[in-house]
Amino acid sequence: MLRDITLGQYYPADSPVHKLDPRVKLFGALVYIVSLFVFRGIFGFLLATIFLLFLIKICQVPFRFMVKGLKPIVILMVFTAVFNLFLTPGKQVLFHYGILTITMEGVKNAAFMLVRLTYLIVGTSVMTLTTTPNQLTDGLEKALKPLSKVGVPVHAVSMMMSIALRFIPILIEETDIIMKAQMARGADFEEGSLIVRAKNMIPLLVPLFISAFRRADDLAMAMEARCYEGGEGRSKMRPLSYRRMDYGAYLLLFSYLGGIIALRVFL
Amino acid sequence: MSIILNNVSYTYGEGTAYEMQALKNVTLKIDDGEFIGIIGHTGSGKSTLIQHLNGLMKAVSGEIYFNGRDISEEDFDRKELRTRVGLVFQYPEHQLFETTIFNDVCFGPINQGFDKNEAGLRAFEALRMAGVPEKLYYQPPFDLSGGQKRRVAIAGVLAMKPEVLILDEPTAGLDPKGRDEILDLIAGMHRAKGMTIILVSHSMEDVAKYVQRIIVMDDGQVFLDGAPREVFKYYEQLEKIGLKAPEVTYLMHDLKNRGMAVDWDATTVEEAKQSILKLFQ
Repeated sequence: MLRDITLGQYYPADSPVHKLDPRVKLFGALVYIVSLFVFRGIFGFLLATIFLLFLIKICQVPFRFMVKGLKPIVILMVFTAVFNLFLTPGKQVLFHYGILTITMEGVKNAAFMLVRLTYLIVGTSVMTLTTTPNQLTDGLEKALKPLSKVGVPVHAVSMMMSIALRFIPILIEETDIIMKAQMARGADFEEGSLIVRAKNMIPLLVPLFISAFRRADDLAMAMEARCYEGGEGRSKMRPLSYRRMDYGAYLLLFSYLGGIIALRVFL
Repeated sequence: MSIILNNVSYTYGEGTAYEMQALKNVTLKIDDGEFIGIIGHTGSGKSTLIQHLNGLMKAVSGEIYFNGRDISEEDFDRKELRTRVGLVFQYPEHQLFETTIFNDVCFGPINQGFDKNEAGLRAFEALRMAGVPEKLYYQPPFDLSGGQKRRVAIAGVLAMKPEVLILDEPTAGLDPKGRDEILDLIAGMHRAKGMTIILVSHSMEDVAKYVQRIIVMDDGQVFLDGAPREVFKYYEQLEKIGLKAPEVTYLMHDLKNRGMAVDWDATTVEEAKQSILKLFQ
């Protein structure tokens, strides 16, 4: 029941996208998000769609895994669509009843907003499904390295991130076990009013917190026992370096961004 | 009174990249008052199997009958089933959460719907049965030693007065003394109350000493099922699936191969001792 969280879950496969340097994918996700809000009109939309379909095709992750990430934001999408639909002023009125007015511009806005949000989630899912959390933080650390010159603790932050990510599945599993253990003692997590249900969470949350602290303590001890002293002078087991295909990917990415901008400027 | 499993299968993560079949057509009958050991190496499906017995997990295919009723039926009270088939998880001390030991043990009976008095009586009885010293009853459970915490957690399940008690590796992480104490406690409950007990373990020594019947699991299937003596006869096959017969089995086979007429299917040190002493009389 708790295992159905895909956002940030790696799907192992042997595709060119999986093999890319994580920095390329991070930057690519950023560029793609920007492009989604830059494009205007049907041609830009087509280009963004083709690019996304191309990515989905070559990354060899089943399509339903990407769509899974959409479930939690369905409500947000519905709200956005409804607000855009009813609250966009425009000349061409399609429907009018009381205070509700739907304009042609509103329909357009709502449709594009839905597309943008969907593509945003699916596009970033491509990144998270093809990159392990560790690769991601590695990439982030290297990409942000220059900031450490001005006193930003880049290494510490990325270490915290990778530890946090590493612990998510462990804590999910632990929650599952504690939940079952309490259910075996007759606990009920599904019935009752909101207050009753919140109260019923205590037998789950107390042991979970205790175990999280215990794990954190153990980990800190283990790191210290292995002489961890922070990022100063620490080398990597697999240092990141760009290869040919990474440059190729950058080229593709920039031509895509160029295309989107050109479509906006010239059409 | 019995639990019957008919062709039960279970698959983790069905339809994902991590799909894994944990149980494959398991058929079993567990009778009233039996003391059973389930053995298998890590990932053989032991834990998955026992979670089916009290309805925490739902079989993908096959049926499970408790006292003749299919537990997957729409109107079957699975909450009640869980109180009749008590399950003590691995490292059960991790489930403690109340401010005092006594309150924690009351959690089960109160969930069953008993009032404070009745729940308290049951808690006292369970704590005494589990051998928790009385002076600890109103202490917070978090300051206890590992062995004591585990007793409290076991008491938490016992307080619901289950007819069947399942324990998943109740001795994991305990020192030899704590291990013997917990196992003696469990064996005592079987003797005194005639409870059906299912003990999951990967230590052959533990299991051989106490249980009447051993079920060996391998790769989600029942590999062997029988009395300890019968099962340990197949010690060569057990080795192939990553398990071992008790050390004493090897000793007795060695002695026999060197021409001593010992009782070679002895499964406990005590039996072996008697058999060897008899030879010298």
